[in-house]
Amino acid sequence: MLQDKDRIFTNLYGYQDFGLKAAQKRGDWDKTAALMKVGQDAIIEEVKASGLRGRGGAGFPTGMKWSFMPKAPTPERPNFLVINADESEPGSCKDREIIRHDPHKLIEGALIAGFAMRARAAYIYIRGEYIFEAKVLEKAVAEAYAAGLLGKNAAKSGYDFDVFVHRGAGAYICGEETAMIESLEGKKGQPRLKPPFPAGAGLYGCPTTVNNVESIAVVPTILRRGAAWFKSFGRENNHGTKLFQISGHVEKPCVVEESMSIPFRELIEKHCGGVRGGWDNLLAVIPGGSSVPLVPAAMMMDVPMDFDGCKEVGSGLGTAAVIVMDKSTDIVRAISRLSYFYKHESCGQCTPCREGTGWMWRVMERMRTGDAAASEIDMLYEVTKQVEGHTICALGDAAAWPIQGLIKHFRPEMERRIAERGAMLEAAE
Amino acid sequence: MPKVTVDGLEIEVPAGATVLQACELAGKEIPRFCYHERLSIAGNCRMCLVEVAPGPPKPQASCALPATEGQIIKTDSPMVKKAREGVMEFLLINHPLDCPICDQGGECDLQDQSVAYGRGASRYDENKRAVTEKYMGPIVKTVMTRCIQCTRCVRFAEEVAGIEEIGAIGRGENMQITSYLERAVTSELSGNVVDLCPVGALTSKPYAFEARPWELKKTPSIDVMDAVGTNIRLDSRGRAVLRALPRINDDVNEEWASDKTRHAVDGLTHRRLDKPYVRKDGKLVAVSWAEAFDAVKAHWSGEAAVLAGDQVDCETMFAARELAGSAMLEGRQTGLAYDTSSLSAVNFNTTIAGIENADVILLVGSDLRREAALVNTRVQKAVRKKGAKVFAIGPVTDLTYKVEWLGDDLSALTKASKALADALKAAERPAIIVGGGALRYEGVHGAALAFAKKYKLVRDGWNGFNVLHFAAARMGGLMLGYAYDGGIKALAKKKPKLAFFLGADEVDYSLFAKTFKVYVGHHGDQGAHHADVILPGAAYSEKSGTYVNLEGRVQRGERAIFPPGDAREDWAIFRALSDVLGKRLPFDSLDALHAEMAKAVPALGVEGLANYGWSEPKLPAMVSGKIADYPIKDFYLTNAICRASETMQRCSAELVHGEEFLEAAE
Repeated sequence: MLQDKDRIFTNLYGYQDFGLKAAQKRGDWDKTAALMKVGQDAIIEEVKASGLRGRGGAGFPTGMKWSFMPKAPTPERPNFLVINADESEPGSCKDREIIRHDPHKLIEGALIAGFAMRARAAYIYIRGEYIFEAKVLEKAVAEAYAAGLLGKNAAKSGYDFDVFVHRGAGAYICGEETAMIESLEGKKGQPRLKPPFPAGAGLYGCPTTVNNVESIAVVPTILRRGAAWFKSFGRENNHGTKLFQISGHVEKPCVVEESMSIPFRELIEKHCGGVRGGWDNLLAVIPGGSSVPLVPAAMMMDVPMDFDGCKEVGSGLGTAAVIVMDKSTDIVRAISRLSYFYKHESCGQCTPCREGTGWMWRVMERMRTGDAAASEIDMLYEVTKQVEGHTICALGDAAAWPIQGLIKHFRPEMERRIAERGAMLEAAE
Repeated sequence: MPKVTVDGLEIEVPAGATVLQACELAGKEIPRFCYHERLSIAGNCRMCLVEVAPGPPKPQASCALPATEGQIIKTDSPMVKKAREGVMEFLLINHPLDCPICDQGGECDLQDQSVAYGRGASRYDENKRAVTEKYMGPIVKTVMTRCIQCTRCVRFAEEVAGIEEIGAIGRGENMQITSYLERAVTSELSGNVVDLCPVGALTSKPYAFEARPWELKKTPSIDVMDAVGTNIRLDSRGRAVLRALPRINDDVNEEWASDKTRHAVDGLTHRRLDKPYVRKDGKLVAVSWAEAFDAVKAHWSGEAAVLAGDQVDCETMFAARELAGSAMLEGRQTGLAYDTSSLSAVNFNTTIAGIENADVILLVGSDLRREAALVNTRVQKAVRKKGAKVFAIGPVTDLTYKVEWLGDDLSALTKASKALADALKAAERPAIIVGGGALRYEGVHGAALAFAKKYKLVRDGWNGFNVLHFAAARMGGLMLGYAYDGGIKALAKKKPKLAFFLGADEVDYSLFAKTFKVYVGHHGDQGAHHADVILPGAAYSEKSGTYVNLEGRVQRGERAIFPPGDAREDWAIFRALSDVLGKRLPFDSLDALHAEMAKAVPALGVEGLANYGWSEPKLPAMVSGKIADYPIKDFYLTNAICRASETMQRCSAELVHGEEFLEAAE
């Protein structure tokens, strides 16, 4: 279990003020200029050495991502940092806690990360529904400007850096990095084709890196305490501490900072007071937010909660939004609800996702009531396969995977419903 | 030049090519809906998926993927086949499949590709989506339930037409294509979205339910609505032209056509002159050909003046000139009198395709969008894609791109503003375009030439001096000598006893009060009202003709249908009349006429750009005054055929005069 002295987010629960003074007491903005003095490449190397992997879901090594940015940007074509605070994944709520209670960690991280990748400015794209959080963030940015921590000669480092807060309008797809860039530019939030990748041509055609809030917010602490410290947590290739967001049928749902690779059972026991009704009552877990396939109870118990551990059981760590479902859950309905979410949030740009999400949801609704033929389960599976991997962005995959997980692990349940419904219809005739 | 392997065939592809282009070079057909050669890449239909190694283990959209050295591309693997079937099935689940009542039937990409690449049957059992129709104006009919959201129309509107009035609203399966606030699309190129639409969502409103494509006879022709010389295909059935579609010619119209080109064809069946008429006691009376010829003979004194209209072919002008035997020839109906001693000084020398490469362009009295819509798209392309700067002298008008207006005072031409002068000095390929709106003022032609000289618009490998005409007959007419020194007013002062008016409907006929007027044309428009004798001729669709466009490109069109009633092809009328007048013309067939014409003006005998060389006439260069307005007041009603067209009248009423039309259902 992670000790209190090793926590990065020391005000995660808001027991202290979010403001600059309180943040400085917690150690934020402490000799930031000195941290930056080591130079841009040294910072990137340090982040690489820490083993930090992107906290937005895909787990791409953060330091490597930064190293793709041009080393000598011109004034006509500056580098940009875009911070993805459009946290809309069902189950995810970590960025909200960071912004609400510890915004200065993010802002300081933005300055350091922006400096490291030679960015002119950072845009924090915050989810439209996060109204209170946006206000907090705007206030924190204003405080930082007033204290000379941003703007010209930011934090007396000799580097000019601006941070802008941009509020989204409530579209899930704007959390996709290129759709976010489109939205920032004032266009309809639709993902762009890659290549070109944002590091080559992103915001306004300039080199851009899009990072998750948590990835950026942990950077100052990594630099302060050293890469080795950060690397001491978690298994090989899955280092660091991580905010886990446990929701669903546990005694005490919570957001908690824990060491990577903590076994699932330990995570739930230590922080959430166990599964409602005991471990025998556990039905299934979605370990990483709605986009990843569910994992049945038996397979999940001892999984180390990290990227590779979740991958081994056919799922993913995603944003570490752990959704726990006990046996009272109508599992088909739960997945059908997710299908509705993806149908609702598909941007409509490319064919498989636009047409496929609606089709999948409609079939799932019939699966819920059993008003289907058993052969349609295979058809549904094929449709998910027709969507997966055929789209511009990963939303198609995200819509397909939960259903694939359901069919893989709960096919008997689906067949039972279809048979029961069929028997009822026959009896009624 | 990267080498790639397509289905086992190794080929070399140009640098910068996409995988789709590589496949096409290898002779493989790649199905597609959203991809279009002349539009930006959207990559959203996912129909062009192919298997590419090295790369992720999933099919890739070939339209958006650059071809790189050593790629191994498979277009016929099981993975690709499955992917295509999957996308096709998705496209069809919400498509109404109402092909029997759809105008696109028979020329529908969705139909063709679903036969070739689809799975044969659908597994979709749910209800289909329905989408309400969107109003897009008098040209475009919408059945939006058929839409497959390929966004070709959206990209066309923005990138080619230069209007941001078509877009997509909603998201997911509720995404709908619509015009801004569902108002008519205010573009003179809106008809092109009908061709671009791969399904039957956007179809031609005037052509709705007229014919099936396999019933139509297709004839290559040249458009005469403006001086661009758009290459068109006339689709006819029986004795009626039902529609005009652009043909591909990258030098002229790429593959676009203006709405006037496309939709004025319904004017070809209205207000036609189908019998000869002679004025008796102040009234026009239908007579036989012989009687009409006799009436002309009575006023024949061995020579006649000829005034050519805007849409006349070279053959007609040549035959009339040969018969008239006089120097009293004029085609500039509205009174323009610019010097024509050097044809290169009144030509669009940069060429239509070439203007795309200009980096600074000065427009002088030219409402380019209305005078030559397809030249305007080229300038728009130069501005948007290549960052060209456009300056303009004249009243402010919307040209769809950013223009720096220098005011309407012509002195701006002799004293260039600093911004203009600096831009021209830095420019590598500067150009000037002088429109008819400016040419009517004395000295402008000379001042423009002096301007060209001062800023070296004509340099090695680049000629940036352009005059923009907007009559299809103009350049051909000038080559045939249809330019009287001093223009039409000077000609009228010579008081010709007899004058032939070749479809001339914009002439001020009061100038010719004492002249015996013979009108040879096809529509009962202004010219016919003033005529003493009417000899019914053929419209451009009814004769094979040679036209020279504004850049001096000689092009031939073919006859699609026969003229109505007693009307005849114009050259044949002059040939027959020559017998009656006792001055037999030396050609009995069109071929013989072509031979004679080529003898007289060799350039007219060769299709393609005529070489005028470059010579500057010495002209007075003093200018003063202001450009009051532009010559084209109503884009949709510029000639007799348009004015007879119901579609064009409706377009004019709605798009120029702002009248509102209610849909039948409202």
